[in-house]
Amino acid sequence: MSRSMTGARMVVEALRDQGVDTVFGYPGGAVLPIYDEIFQQNDITHVLVRHEQGAVHMAEGYARSTGKPGVVLVTSGPGATNAVTGLTDALLDSIPLVVLSGQVPTFLIGTDGFQEADTVGITRPCTKHNWLVKDPAKLAETIHKGFHVATSGRPGPVLIDIPKDVQFATADYVGPKQIEPAKYQPARKGDIAAITRLVELIEQAERPILYTGGGVINSGPAASQLLRELADATGIPVTSTLMGLGAYPASGKNWIGMLGMHGLYEANLAMHDCDLMINLGARFDDRITGRIADFSPGSVKAHVDIDPSSINKVIRVDIPILGDVGHVLEDLLKVWKSRGRKVNTPALGKWWEKIEGWKSKNCLFFRNSDKIIKPQHAMQRLEALTKGHDRYITTEVGQHQMWAAQYLGFDEPNRWMTSGGLGTMGYGLPASIGVQMAHPEALVINVAGDASWLMNMQEMGTAVQFRLPVKQFILNNERLGMVRQWQQLLHGERYSQSWSDSLPDFVKLAEAFGCKGAQVRDPGDLDAAIQQMIDYDGPFILDVLVEKHENCFPMIPSGKPHNEMLLGEAETQGVIESQGAVLV
Amino acid sequence: MNALNIQKGMSSHSAYDLRDPNAEIVESHTLAVLVENEPGVLARVIGLFSGRGYNIDSLTVAEVDHTGHQSRITVVTSGTPAVIEQIKAQLGRIVPVHEVHDLTVEGPSVERELGLFKVRGQGDKRVEALRIAEIFRANVVDSTLESFVFELVGTPSKLDAFADLMRPLGLADLARTGVAALARGA
Repeated sequence: MSRSMTGARMVVEALRDQGVDTVFGYPGGAVLPIYDEIFQQNDITHVLVRHEQGAVHMAEGYARSTGKPGVVLVTSGPGATNAVTGLTDALLDSIPLVVLSGQVPTFLIGTDGFQEADTVGITRPCTKHNWLVKDPAKLAETIHKGFHVATSGRPGPVLIDIPKDVQFATADYVGPKQIEPAKYQPARKGDIAAITRLVELIEQAERPILYTGGGVINSGPAASQLLRELADATGIPVTSTLMGLGAYPASGKNWIGMLGMHGLYEANLAMHDCDLMINLGARFDDRITGRIADFSPGSVKAHVDIDPSSINKVIRVDIPILGDVGHVLEDLLKVWKSRGRKVNTPALGKWWEKIEGWKSKNCLFFRNSDKIIKPQHAMQRLEALTKGHDRYITTEVGQHQMWAAQYLGFDEPNRWMTSGGLGTMGYGLPASIGVQMAHPEALVINVAGDASWLMNMQEMGTAVQFRLPVKQFILNNERLGMVRQWQQLLHGERYSQSWSDSLPDFVKLAEAFGCKGAQVRDPGDLDAAIQQMIDYDGPFILDVLVEKHENCFPMIPSGKPHNEMLLGEAETQGVIESQGAVLV
Repeated sequence: MNALNIQKGMSSHSAYDLRDPNAEIVESHTLAVLVENEPGVLARVIGLFSGRGYNIDSLTVAEVDHTGHQSRITVVTSGTPAVIEQIKAQLGRIVPVHEVHDLTVEGPSVERELGLFKVRGQGDKRVEALRIAEIFRANVVDSTLESFVFELVGTPSKLDAFADLMRPLGLADLARTGVAALARGA
């Protein structure tokens, strides 16, 4: 049965058929027909944002916290160009998004028409794939394809550019089941011979480590479950990248903390000294590896990744396994069990002793104060007071992000939303709104810095309009803290442009937006302030005035290997050499 | 073409591929990329090379299967073995790319390029140009009293050699198609 309808209606129909319940967007001339269709239905909630960048980050928060693709609708020209930062962010962090953009009518394309931009050209390098749909008969099919591409293999953002005349034109609607199977079908099962080889190494390894990443979370809850089973059954220590936090529980007995530039001492030393590194869905990012030449010099490296281009890109590995982490873990456990569940128990015991020795360094130690709130202390109190809640955390980018990663514990996947690859300041507030849309009853907290938070603060209007009780926990040091820290360490303490002058009064700002705010500066008042924030039934901004010059430790200085970490202030003099200073 | 049955996205595992993956030697490789002929697909491939800092030494593209809308892009690129593997993996990741073949390692292959050479000259130089063209089995496709246009098909190095010989004889203009390549055998 063919159903004839306009392109605009097809868009809504296709979204409905794809199970979409929420769209984040902003109207404009080139998408008016689609907005007219949105007006005439009730299945899909449209969240009106204040800036298109916010829409994309909201969709990222929605996607990351649900495992479903996030959907965005923007107009042509500036609507689409404003989405570019969010698209790039989603591409680097492998977040599935479907972004629909309006375009000038096909007969005006190429004439520099009003609000015309070469959207597919501009977004080609920052999407997994994109399409310009010129034929209304292909529109529905393209949207279904878009969902398939965004969610299969290594997830990522796709963009579909829809000229206005295509939205008005009429054609037959095609449902998701009526289109021929997509040619794009990435392999999911790993090579069983390679998996068996890895099992043999697990049986013998004296100092193995599981190095897990965002791929475990993207693979779905089953992968996290299998990771827990593998780690707990074998006794192999688990560390994770920033993107992978929560896949293995922070309260789990094998957890040794996050690794990387601001990772834990024990995690980085274990990476450096291991003899078998099992990389599950991580990509040897430069924040993780430090100096490549000295990266884990004595280990055999296995790498499970669904993206062939991730394998051997940065670090050459000995056992590449191309496949979905969940499928590979399932096979790996099967093989390991069938071979008699062997591990090198005596050696593992010694390995854990060594790790416990590193742990006793207590690398997250900081000198607390009863006069001023230390940002680390604020994180510890936030953790203590929110632990039992159904909690989701988003962050902006900078020192506060690292402190959140260090001091907050995540026991479940999909609970931690942060901009890892692109490092987008301004991500956290809109992301928290996207998370809250998906989980209306949950406690959603954006851990922010003052500078990052200002970058997309207009979205507080969205939070208030949709009665989304997002909590904005701002560690306010009146600085661009991470920039200031680097200037202190590598630019002779010349603090060029790294302070926040003329900051708004966040409490008055909250009132101006129609929500509630509070400020806290005395460590003695911190718990009550956090409790007030949690208990308030609505969006809340908590302005936490913290120590202005606190540095984030531990830290692997640029250009240094894992075993040359800085643990505190005393060790920072002249630590970054000129070669390291050119790195970011 | 498909004798080794190398799948999209896999690295080449020819038994004869004994290159050291960590070698720093820059090699030239000819890649055949079979793509869905949809708008922008060439821009995606070229954008990958410029965006990630890879080299394109030569590039040809044309639709080779009109019913299946399949195009074949032949790219000659250069880089260390690790970079070449990365280029292949990155190409394989582009959604409308169906197959990536590294003709340089997958077995023997034929490479051909077509060149058009305009040579201006009179007297002895003109006679000499025509004589050399005969040796190279180039065809004369246009002629005036003071010029020839030669058409020559061959490997890129044969075209280079011909151009070098024609230069002192009045080579005025030159157009080359870039390399088209196919694996040898059935």
